[in-house]
Amino acid sequence: MKFLFEPLTLLTFFPLLGVIVLLFMNSEAKTAIRWVAMVTSLLTFGISLWVLSQFNASNPDLQLVAKYSWINVAGWNIYYYLAVDGLSILLVLLTAFLTPISLLSTWTAVEERVKDFMIFFLLLEVGMMGVFLAQDLFMFYVFWEFTLVPMYFLIGLWGGPRRIYAAVKFFLYTMAGSILMLVAILWLGIYGNTFSVPDLIAKGSIPTGIQWWLFLAFTAAFAIKVPMWPLHSWLPDAHVEAPTAGSVILAGVLLKMGTYGFLRFNIPLFPEATVKAAPWIALFATIGIIYGAAVSYAQKDVKKLVAYSSVSHLGFVMLGMFALNVQGVSGAILQMINHGLSTGALFLLIGMVYEQTHTREIKVYGGLWKVMPIFGTIMLIASLSSMGLPGLNGFVGEFTILLGAFGSKAIGSPWYAGISAIGVIMAAVYILYMFQKMFLGPAGEITQHHQLKDLNWRELLTVTPLLILMFWIGLYPAPFFNLIAPAVEKLISALPL
Amino acid sequence: MHLSETVTSGFFFLAPWLVFAPLTGLLINLIFGKWFKFSEKMVGTVASLASGAAFVVSVLLAYSVSINHGEMVRWRLAEWIHVGTLQLDWTFRMDSLSTTMMLVVSGVGTLIHIYAIGYMHEDVRFKKEEGRFPRFFIFLNLFIAAMMILVSGDSYMMLFVGWEGVGLCSFLLIGFWYEMDTLARPSWANSNAAKKAFITNRVGDFGFLIAGFLMFWYLGSFQFDQVFEAAKSAPPEIIVAITLFMLVGVAGKSAQIPLYIWLPDAMAGPTPVSALIHAATMVTAGVYLVTRSAEIYTLVPQAQYIVAMVGAGTALFAATIAVGQYDIKKVLAYSTISQLGFMVAAVGMGAYVAGMFHLITHAFFKALLFLSAGSVILGMERGHHHLAHAHHESKPAKGKKSSKETHDDSHHDEIFDPGDMRNMGGLRKTMPVTFWLYIIGTLALAGIFPFAGFWSKDEILLDASLHFTSIYWQLTLAAFLTAFYMGRQIWMVFFGEPRHAAAAHAEESPKVMTVPLMVLAALSILGGALNLPFEGFHNLGHWLGYTLAEVESLPLDLKVAGISTVLALAAILTSWLLYGRNPLKAGQIDPLKRPLGFIFTGMENKWFVDEGYFAIIINPFKKLSQFLADVIDWQFWHDFVHDTVILGTYNWLSEIALDHYADQKGIDAFANWLGTATQSVSATLRKIQNGFVRSYALSVMLGVVLILGYLIFK
Repeated sequence: MKFLFEPLTLLTFFPLLGVIVLLFMNSEAKTAIRWVAMVTSLLTFGISLWVLSQFNASNPDLQLVAKYSWINVAGWNIYYYLAVDGLSILLVLLTAFLTPISLLSTWTAVEERVKDFMIFFLLLEVGMMGVFLAQDLFMFYVFWEFTLVPMYFLIGLWGGPRRIYAAVKFFLYTMAGSILMLVAILWLGIYGNTFSVPDLIAKGSIPTGIQWWLFLAFTAAFAIKVPMWPLHSWLPDAHVEAPTAGSVILAGVLLKMGTYGFLRFNIPLFPEATVKAAPWIALFATIGIIYGAAVSYAQKDVKKLVAYSSVSHLGFVMLGMFALNVQGVSGAILQMINHGLSTGALFLLIGMVYEQTHTREIKVYGGLWKVMPIFGTIMLIASLSSMGLPGLNGFVGEFTILLGAFGSKAIGSPWYAGISAIGVIMAAVYILYMFQKMFLGPAGEITQHHQLKDLNWRELLTVTPLLILMFWIGLYPAPFFNLIAPAVEKLISALPL
Repeated sequence: MHLSETVTSGFFFLAPWLVFAPLTGLLINLIFGKWFKFSEKMVGTVASLASGAAFVVSVLLAYSVSINHGEMVRWRLAEWIHVGTLQLDWTFRMDSLSTTMMLVVSGVGTLIHIYAIGYMHEDVRFKKEEGRFPRFFIFLNLFIAAMMILVSGDSYMMLFVGWEGVGLCSFLLIGFWYEMDTLARPSWANSNAAKKAFITNRVGDFGFLIAGFLMFWYLGSFQFDQVFEAAKSAPPEIIVAITLFMLVGVAGKSAQIPLYIWLPDAMAGPTPVSALIHAATMVTAGVYLVTRSAEIYTLVPQAQYIVAMVGAGTALFAATIAVGQYDIKKVLAYSTISQLGFMVAAVGMGAYVAGMFHLITHAFFKALLFLSAGSVILGMERGHHHLAHAHHESKPAKGKKSSKETHDDSHHDEIFDPGDMRNMGGLRKTMPVTFWLYIIGTLALAGIFPFAGFWSKDEILLDASLHFTSIYWQLTLAAFLTAFYMGRQIWMVFFGEPRHAAAAHAEESPKVMTVPLMVLAALSILGGALNLPFEGFHNLGHWLGYTLAEVESLPLDLKVAGISTVLALAAILTSWLLYGRNPLKAGQIDPLKRPLGFIFTGMENKWFVDEGYFAIIINPFKKLSQFLADVIDWQFWHDFVHDTVILGTYNWLSEIALDHYADQKGIDAFANWLGTATQSVSATLRKIQNGFVRSYALSVMLGVVLILGYLIFK
């Protein structure tokens, strides 16, 4: 039972304690339920900070390792294997950070079946933590699939009018890719006689021909999750129908499971295939950047606009990651966080005004800044962060990504980065379009006829932590880069470049 | 990357306060303004003091540079982005070039802050939005901070932070009255102008970024000195690419062909903004950038030539448009584009001192002209307000509805444009102070001896006459047109008889506005003394020579000066013949319209360039994105491929394959449990889902069985 007292076990499974408490609560005691969930997620965040304090930033290897034999049948070695390194530490922190923020946003937005909602949400946190911490392929797969279940219900039970369709599509789309990954995992397990990722990496090269197939199988699962163009069709449905907190977590963390998967599994396990695939991934990423930005601009529903902007933003992350140089990969990891912050903030803010007006149609707004000055200002900052204004977080990520991709040996041509940089112009086009049509100009229908209230203290408290981080990362990203640098160096130095 | 910081005496440790001072003012107004209910005077004073503090710091820094004999000094505040070989810091750079820019920005900036206290006091009242007063000063302080980052950064990327930061402030201030148009009617016009400025600048920034990427991978750094050093041994085609991509950035920020289109629309911002951002400081950032990069531009003469041609072309092209404008600020806007063309041409030719000299004098006289124009516009507003008041009192008995009816058909209550020169006339009598200030600004801009503009423009013309004949003639023609359109403006605004009752009742502006103008007027008269073309008087050249490798100190050339003076006087005379001798009457068409015909129509309509952009870029992009979103992404990819083909096939297969296994009751129960929304989903859709969930359940089962089976029986 020693594994129960490992720091990372505590971090991963702590929300389950909250779930157990919630199970015994009266479902009518909504406020108490909310508080229990909130305290649980805050304590989890506290634990993540404690883990951070135990984390040695100059060590490129896995740390706080909890490795125990789990299933040992017929000579198979499946481990209970949790560990953290520079590639995952920021995502772990992001997960623990965004969960209480999302819960705070549901305070008045979720009134029905509050208990079930909180249980699913905390279960989702367990799943996400597990995905980022598991170092055993089998264990990873279990967590990976597990996250689908609570998210399915969050969309399906608390979503918009077409929630069933969206939830099922989300579920099946992800499943379809995961099944291919499962086959690849089984192959690796048989081949290496272990499911432990570090052991598989240490064992060394898999024949290049087979690497390709395994790479593709993993890519199928991860590319859908990211989502990479053209596998993004589930995303607008899921985002539009999901409740605000669901969208925040979906954009903020769940999509990062895909990009993280590439980083943790594809690149170190299949180095030859990775280098060979880099120009292709870069091509799809570039198309995604331009396509996502163009399609975003034509949206009439503001949530859909932000959803498509994610296709563009995640394109940047993929482009940087497969630049396979230190700037590109570091930028990609930081941009995963940045996207979680800025898109998370946008979804939160949209949710706040939606709660009052019950519409997301852009053109019925207009002139919101006048009636909701604080809201308008915060929305402006989140928008600028999303379009990569220097001094805010988005720029630091996008700039390092594009810089890395421009001179990448693996991608082999500056054209991808050059064309992707046009995406930076297009981001200004769709973000400013959204901001103008909703916040500037004369008062629209909704703005005139609703007695709109500016943000209250709870709502301010929800977004302020995100704003602080936007400025922090934008002006002084050193602490963040320092956490990831050694692990990135190690990852890249192992590649046959 | 870290060059050792030279330990020198002076006030260099104050450098971060260039940025922190205006930020402090911003934060005080932002945080305490509401709580302590700051009065307008208080807000304005805090903001002006913050900007003034930045000016004091600039003076101290310039002094420190001079006592160190022009030695460049760095001050590192913190690290910024350190990733591998990419090493960016927040490092301030103080040399004669950057301190010159600091002085101009904070000096002119502070004067405009003070002026704006008076201007905005009235502006917010005319627009009935008194609560918005503090916001203006918060944005203005933010602008000063961003501009200081731009001019004091020690690397191209820190410069870029300021570069985009000022773009943001420009967006915010152009869109300050975001719910109306320039005539205060509810409209999208102002916010469109703001958006247009930001996006056009982003196109320029794209060029800047690409130049930066090339710089990093071929020259290995973003830090100025390291870039300059590495450039000497780099392949010339790379340097050409870097400098030309940088030119795209310059064209965006400094409003050159083909990206100048945002600047005229930017006049939607309150007049102090037009003066500060869109005339004196931000738009000159491109000129500063080229001057700063002198060492790499000098390596590639062909790129320099292109820069000079773009500048000269812009100078001439914009001047022709200015001739055909009726809005007092639009004339000045095109004039600014044209003058920026002069500067860009100068730095393109390698005449960096001349370019910087013109940048400085232009900051004085164009700020003066804009602010005086603001005074004119407010004077007209006051006159109109006075009229409306009198009008209202004359018929107080009318009910609300009937007065609205008369509003619709009465000619007297039509929408009044206080900036339209066709409404003005005779203002020299009602606004004498503004009139004389305007005359000084005009003479300086027209390049009449001995005003500041004469010296700086002449230096550019002289340099061009020595090296590039075609550029010389383009600029000379542009200078002729400059004197002409300014003459036209003077006659139309201040002479003749009022063409609108508002002009007859116009009132002079208060001292808080006119006093800063007098300071600017004094600078416009005396500014030429900075760099007189006589032996021993090339002060600016000497000062910038500390930073710039080559500095030409040309003596006065009487031929060039003579030609330009004669042409300027001739242009003013021509404008008098057309607009002064027989002043325009109300409703009369422009006297140039008949003789020039379609040429004048072109000038009036800005040569239809905006329409061209709409036809070639904007509308196609809108259509393309609509097509991608609706047809490709939704109808084809989302509905057809996913819902019809994939879902349909899957469903059809599962109907056949799974009918025997599925428990219809269990599935229905599951679907019902999912919530009430099931009812709203069509029966067909439900059927599809049932098939789906069923098959999903089966595939999960299958997976689990497979794994367990394998594990157990292996």
